Amino acid sequence: MQEKIAVDIQIPNQTQYLSLIGRIGENIAYAPIRFNGDRDELAFHLNLVLTEAVTNAICHANQEDPSKKLRIVIAFSESRLSMKVFDEGNGFDIESFADSEVKETDEQGRGIPLIYRLMSHVQYRKQRNGCVLEMIKELQ
Amino acid sequence: MQLSTEEHGEIVKIVVQEERMDAHNSGALKEEMLQLFDEGKCNLIIDLSAVRFVDSSGLGALVSGFKNASTRDGSLKLCCLQPQVRSMFELTRLHRVFEIFGSAAEALESY
Repeated sequence: MQEKIAVDIQIPNQTQYLSLIGRIGENIAYAPIRFNGDRDELAFHLNLVLTEAVTNAICHANQEDPSKKLRIVIAFSESRLSMKVFDEGNGFDIESFADSEVKETDEQGRGIPLIYRLMSHVQYRKQRNGCVLEMIKELQ
Repeated sequence: MQLSTEEHGEIVKIVVQEERMDAHNSGALKEEMLQLFDEGKCNLIIDLSAVRFVDSSGLGALVSGFKNASTRDGSLKLCCLQPQVRSMFELTRLHRVFEIFGSAAEALESY
């Protein structure tokens, strides 16, 4: 029988909830899922990519509008971890940021390249009332 | 963000008393550093011993301080990085930009 874990959470569009989401990501890494790698490293990476993705959604996609909401769905099935961040924005060309060169003295622009670097697959697509960023980590 | 500052002659040590530095709180560190620069205090040590996690916004605040200190002929140095924080600097290659010390005492002696 395959293990299945899913977390579905809605948060207000406020950065004070970053810590909550990051900690959920960390804790998922220590859940009884089938994974033989370094769980401390996985916990750090899940905390980081969720924090970066939710920050982008709050500050850019949802333009810090407190009336907007975010939905985050984290699901594990077989050996694949999927994390989706749903925003209420108009979308943007995420791939143009994925490989963008960040100078050592740049204060911004590291978040999306980090997500691409640490995840196996990344996709950002439009939906009916906004967009969804899907980040997949293959655990084998 | 909970911060404390200690003056050691011309050097100011800022101790970040938070477990996380992210987009929610790193702006406060940036503001604190800008205030010190306005007061002519341009040699800073940032003590990160309490910080377990830093994201790209936290790094951005430190890069801002680094640049502002450098343009004023000062310097910003870091000390006491926990393993995940060090990993973040290595992931982004910023460990090649900042001077990083194991203890606040070593950072102070380097000036």
